[in-house]
Amino acid sequence: MNDDLRDLYQEVILDHGKNPRNFRHPEDATCAAHGDNPLCGDQLTVYLKVDENSIVRDAAFEGRGCAISVASASLMTELGQGKSEADVRRLFEGFHLLATGDDGEMPSDLTDEMDRLQVLAGVRGFPMRVKCATLAWHTMNAALSGQTKTTTETK
Amino acid sequence: MTISEDNVESPRETTPAVDLGAEVYDVDNIRTDFPILSREVHGRPLVFLDSAASAQKPRKVIEAETSVYENDYANVHRGVHFLSERATMRFEDARERLQRYINAANSHEIIFTRNATEAINLVASSFGRSMLTAGDEIIISELEHHSNIVPWQFLREEKGIVLKIAPISDDGEFLMHRFEELLSPRTKLVAISHMSNVLGTILPVRDIVERAHAVGAKVLLDGCQAVTHLPVDVQTLDCDFYVFSAHKLYGPSGIGVLYGKADLLEAMPPYQGGGEMISRVTFEKSTWADLPHKIEAGTPAIAQAIAFGAAVDYVTAIGLDRIAAHERDVLTYATQRLTAIKGLKIIGTAPGKASVLSFTMDDAHPHDIATIVDRAGIAIRAGHHCALPLMDRLDVPATARASFALYNTRREVDALGEALEHVRSIFGS
Repeated sequence: MNDDLRDLYQEVILDHGKNPRNFRHPEDATCAAHGDNPLCGDQLTVYLKVDENSIVRDAAFEGRGCAISVASASLMTELGQGKSEADVRRLFEGFHLLATGDDGEMPSDLTDEMDRLQVLAGVRGFPMRVKCATLAWHTMNAALSGQTKTTTETK
Repeated sequence: MTISEDNVESPRETTPAVDLGAEVYDVDNIRTDFPILSREVHGRPLVFLDSAASAQKPRKVIEAETSVYENDYANVHRGVHFLSERATMRFEDARERLQRYINAANSHEIIFTRNATEAINLVASSFGRSMLTAGDEIIISELEHHSNIVPWQFLREEKGIVLKIAPISDDGEFLMHRFEELLSPRTKLVAISHMSNVLGTILPVRDIVERAHAVGAKVLLDGCQAVTHLPVDVQTLDCDFYVFSAHKLYGPSGIGVLYGKADLLEAMPPYQGGGEMISRVTFEKSTWADLPHKIEAGTPAIAQAIAFGAAVDYVTAIGLDRIAAHERDVLTYATQRLTAIKGLKIIGTAPGKASVLSFTMDDAHPHDIATIVDRAGIAIRAGHHCALPLMDRLDVPATARASFALYNTRREVDALGEALEHVRSIFGS
């Protein structure tokens, strides 16, 4: 396999893509958003349960997508649980930088989380696939902002 | 066709030349007509299997477009000077080539548009707005491209027409008896694909036209895919409108054709106002030019139209029957090769289908498939192919699609097969 393909389809990605964690619809979610990539037709819904102290108590998702988008959503929901809303948003910013390769400051106090997300950095070599990786994150961000839907085509 | 042997890549496996009676279809020689086919992608020879989205261009088309700018360029239908006359002559000559290509009765029935999408929008806007009223019905099918769905939805919003959807079978076959059930005296237009860009199904358009005409409905055929794979004769089909674009037909992007029967085009109001489409303009009132100019406002894609003419000449010189036989051979070979891959499912198995092979694989999403085979230099399409309602109908989020053109070979199918085995080795459980 090419090196960049190996970077993209790491074991962790294949595992999360095949056996996504938190792939469910929690009945007690406090917010949810539907994400849509109109270019490819992939869709997913992110469910969050945020308590009165703005702590994300549960994060889950459902939908259909490629290995990259499903793995990214799976990892995202794992990392989001138990974090404050503010931290989740900073993780989103950090992940965006990681996936696009853009310059910017990574959240320095979330290094363990960012390290786990490094497995998705391979998408940088595949510009057409960056949106696959970021779809779930944009959707989670939309849910936190009280929006019920988002697409990869809005910034 | 140019012959340049040093351009021919040595085949890994000999592609048997298709025996078409007297003449042999020499695909390796044909490939040398397409400069881009000798390039590499990701360090591998390019295998281009995405011609249903847009086809590559032969040297003759590229040269035709260049030659306009180098020798004969000026605006058309405007000046009396030498170059304007030359450009106008070549532009109108291209129109006649297109006329012959689909056997239209008159060259003024060939309207140049930006692409097939614009051609459909033109009919929706001009024919639809002026000749349809609330309650009139338009029938489309489940396998339509978005460009043959959305313009009619606009019309539904605006005019209150009713949109009916003719179903297909799970195999992708057009269900004639179900279509017939939808026809009624209220049916004013049937707008339907001649060939599916996703499934390869060739629709029984002659029968569709006959049945639609029997209830007094007009018929628009979307010929984007069909014109590249089979001979089209609009007079035999007796369709009222036929649309297609150049870029899928080995011609340039930015130009397409609306064929319409002259009496209908004459009865339709202009689509856009501007230069070229007028006869006389005063501030009080303007009158329209005759066909085809009435429907071609503004400076057209001059060089592209001329290159479009060169594209249909190129295809005609090889012969659509021979191209169809060659593509059938590659499609049959590909169907066998891909069917042998475990977990691969072919989507669209209608009898008599052409040149398009959509598929899904267990455990691997079409995007992942396309990314992995791309690294082997192979271009295939992944996604919904601008046919989301069809994806819903087939209950798949997306498909991967290999499409075959006159320059594709069995050995390219082998390369695809190997790359798909590689996909399986990554994702297979």
